[in-house]
Amino acid sequence: MSGEALFFLEVVISGLMAGVMYALVALGFVLIFKASGVLNFAQGVLALFAALALYDFIAPGGWVDDLFGFTFPIWAGIILTVGVMIIVAWLIERLVLQHLVQQEPIILFMSTIGLAYILEGVGDMLFGSDVKPLDIGIPQGASDWLLDNYGLYVEKLEVFAALTAAILVIVLAVFFQKTRIGRALRAVADDHQAALSVGVSLRTIWVIVWSVAGMVALVAGIMWGSKSGIQFSLSLIALKALPVLILGGFTSVPGAIIGGLIIGVGEKVAEVYLGPYVGGAIENWFAYVLALVFLFFRPQGLFGERIIERV
Amino acid sequence: MSERRNGEVLLSVDKISLAFGGVRALEGVSFDVLEGEIRAIIGPNGAGKSSMLNVINGFYHPQEGSITFKGKTRKQMRPHFVASSGVARTFQNIALFKGMSTLDNIMTGRNTKMKRGILWQALHYGPARNEEIENRGHVEKVIDFLEIQSIRKTPVGRLPYGMQKRVELGRALAAEPELLLLDEPMAGMNVEEKEDMCRFVLDVNEEFGTTIALIEHDMGVVMDISDRVVVLDYGKKIADGTPDEVRANQDVVDAYLGVAHD
Ligand SMILES: Nc1ncnc2c1ncn2[C@@H]1O[C@H](COP(=O)(O)OP(=O)(O)OP(=O)(O)O)[C@@H](O)[C@H]1O
Ligand SMILES: [Mg+2]
Repeated sequence: MSGEALFFLEVVISGLMAGVMYALVALGFVLIFKASGVLNFAQGVLALFAALALYDFIAPGGWVDDLFGFTFPIWAGIILTVGVMIIVAWLIERLVLQHLVQQEPIILFMSTIGLAYILEGVGDMLFGSDVKPLDIGIPQGASDWLLDNYGLYVEKLEVFAALTAAILVIVLAVFFQKTRIGRALRAVADDHQAALSVGVSLRTIWVIVWSVAGMVALVAGIMWGSKSGIQFSLSLIALKALPVLILGGFTSVPGAIIGGLIIGVGEKVAEVYLGPYVGGAIENWFAYVLALVFLFFRPQGLFGERIIERV
Repeated sequence: MSERRNGEVLLSVDKISLAFGGVRALEGVSFDVLEGEIRAIIGPNGAGKSSMLNVINGFYHPQEGSITFKGKTRKQMRPHFVASSGVARTFQNIALFKGMSTLDNIMTGRNTKMKRGILWQALHYGPARNEEIENRGHVEKVIDFLEIQSIRKTPVGRLPYGMQKRVELGRALAAEPELLLLDEPMAGMNVEEKEDMCRFVLDVNEEFGTTIALIEHDMGVVMDISDRVVVLDYGKKIADGTPDEVRANQDVVDAYLGVAHD
């Protein structure tokens, strides 16, 4: 392979990896939006919160270490963090959603903005706001095999992240398609009243959906935290998820994934090849411009249902 | 048709009043439904028929009155509790899960019959899997009964209206309900489809002994298949009895002819 092509490939791959992160966050959005019609502004903060919780269970100098003088093994830390995310989901249902069920979507959206600030504040208070390195033993550095055989520079961590995300998506797909609760989730997404009439408890479903979104957030948080350390900026990838959703459609799981990848690759390629001509920093705005273009030509996104307002 | 059975009271509603702001949808309505009967609820548009069903299955909470189901009296019902105690329903404006196949839609009807916890399901393994297969068998029976084998895998959003109504009935039947609530099951159908639907309703009642309360505008159908009829008009009950009694009732005739109210 020529050096030029190789370089292009490396750019695309590193874009794909960023895209996986966006896709994970967007996936959390879509799940919650489908099941409860809530546009969850807090999804990014949820990832931050999950990563912080995990850190404090397992890292030396974390909370558990400070208080009790020991740390949990990584697997136990992950299970405990999943538990924390389920509790958070349950609290959100209890304290927020339950009281706002009949409200307009915009009010629910605002409540999630409030939620984002609360989670951030609580996270800050409990866990502190300095950058924390998260190490759960994911292999680091470049893949020697790819480097030696093909001269291709690819981070092991990024390959690991992509594989994990792929497995997560497959597991979720099977869960949604083949199980009673999965069907109930889809039923709620489709028609609240009809779902109630077959005995689905909306409240239970909401807790489950928010828990699943919390676990997806945990995976995103782990990947991001392992790469760049756990820091506040993690909550900002939620802002990148918005253009991803516009691309993929708010109700489509494949849309979230493909939208995430397109934006990840698009912004990297644009940065590298167009950046020098416009003074760089394309990565910061590329996603939004792409989303804007999409809004003009295909407002329902790549996979979303056509939006038809009833008159 | 004369009274065929004389079961116990399965459901009774007592002096139910329901208002939406200033609109009084129901005012002091009482009636009962006996085990095994087909009970029709009729009345002009806006009489409060759908509201009554919604009160029974817990979508609406009445300001006054009470509901007694299987001997237990409550001020109001909750939808997901009602469903698990054996009440299934269909809707006036079809409420299917449009993106799902016929099979999956009817499978959702088994929701209350399946108990395996989320952990087993997440693993899609062991008991949860066996349960899935068992319930799938039951759903296939419903599909055979309603003669909809050919559309098993079709997303219901693509089905013609009449077929959607049938799938919706299937979803309700899959729950093996003791009480089946049908809100205008034949509305908008052609003669042939209506005949099919009538046959299904009668078969469900006779073969499975399911108690049925149905709202219907087609008087011919109502007189043919129901054991007793309750008539609502402007939120009030104006008549209650056998089809023959109701037909002969002057208030009913007036309501349907639109005689001015005082
Ligand atoms: N959710 C609601 N909010 C406000 N008003 C309602 C609601 N549901 C019903 N109503 C009102 O209550 C009254 C009774 O309506 P309902 O749907 O029960 O009538 P119906 O007998 O089923 O009529 P139709 O034969 O047209 O279906 C109507 O005036 C209706 O506008
Ligand atoms: Mg009605």
